[in-house]
Amino acid sequence: MSFDVNTILQLSVLALVAVAGTLVVLTRDPFSQTIGLSFFGLMLALMFFILQAPDVALSQIVVGAVALPLMVLLALARIRRQEFRREQKKGQEEKS
Amino acid sequence: MKYPLRLGLFLVGAIGLAILYGLAIARMPGEHESLYGRLINQLSQPQQHIRDAVTAVNFDYRGFDTLGEEFILFISVTGAIVLLRETYEKKKEEQMDAITPGRAVSQTDAVRTWTLALTGPTVVFGVYIVIHGQLTPGGGFQGGVVLATAPLLIYLGESFEVFKRVTSTPLIEITEAIGAGGYAIIGIIGWLAGSWFLQNVFPLGDQNNPSVFTGGTVPAINLATGIEVTAGFTLLLSAFLQQTLADRGDS
Repeated sequence: MSFDVNTILQLSVLALVAVAGTLVVLTRDPFSQTIGLSFFGLMLALMFFILQAPDVALSQIVVGAVALPLMVLLALARIRRQEFRREQKKGQEEKS
Repeated sequence: MKYPLRLGLFLVGAIGLAILYGLAIARMPGEHESLYGRLINQLSQPQQHIRDAVTAVNFDYRGFDTLGEEFILFISVTGAIVLLRETYEKKKEEQMDAITPGRAVSQTDAVRTWTLALTGPTVVFGVYIVIHGQLTPGGGFQGGVVLATAPLLIYLGESFEVFKRVTSTPLIEITEAIGAGGYAIIGIIGWLAGSWFLQNVFPLGDQNNPSVFTGGTVPAINLATGIEVTAGFTLLLSAFLQQTLADRGDS
């Protein structure tokens, strides 16, 4: 087992991915979690790049760091709006 | 899920990660070259005139697998659109008496300037990635997702209405079908030329002076994939944005 620069780089990026993934799981608020997910996606892209897979890294940057968090965010916004609406309706019923 | 159960599940995962991480340290890639990898590295350039071995594997040697992959994307997008469309139509009826909550924050000049200034370069970069698939890392999938972020930038800088104007849904749907079908048709051309399905039958071009046209069918397939992925992702984003924003009162 040799520890040249490349190996150290690979090990640290693997550790970063593990830490970022754990942080995403430990975050409770879905909105902050989505931002964490975006960061995790970026770390994965970095990992692919360092492990000499630039082809995969290129798609991972866009899909993992932009497209996936965006879709989660949009879904969350939609859910929140529905909840807001339900509460308003409830409030109106209580008034009348 | 109860907390102890969750903790237990996490610990199983953590121990598994620790073991795999240890194994990864003990056997880092690089020293262990596979025979297949070495073969592809040696053959992809003289055989197919392709500089990027990954593209050679994806779109030539294992082109059939990638065809399946592309259709997975196609079907997923179609499925998502079908699901979202149903709820959208249903919602329209009960929308009349609904209350519109908070408006979106209007963009500052800085955001508008930067996103709109970046749209052009993003398109050029995406096209570059698509057509240079056989020369440098990249290709149809990678370039396609980059291209799909261009309309997203327009949405960020302008409004959903402008986004809808540049990505007219029927046009994008047809474009996606053309991209997905194009791949299969290029495969069939191999048959018609008296060879196998997806066989590289186009002229390979000059091996020593590679350009965007070298590689026979590979650049053509990359282009078809690029079109399919761009259209698919745009359609998906458009459907999601529509769901979230369409009836909010702003755009």
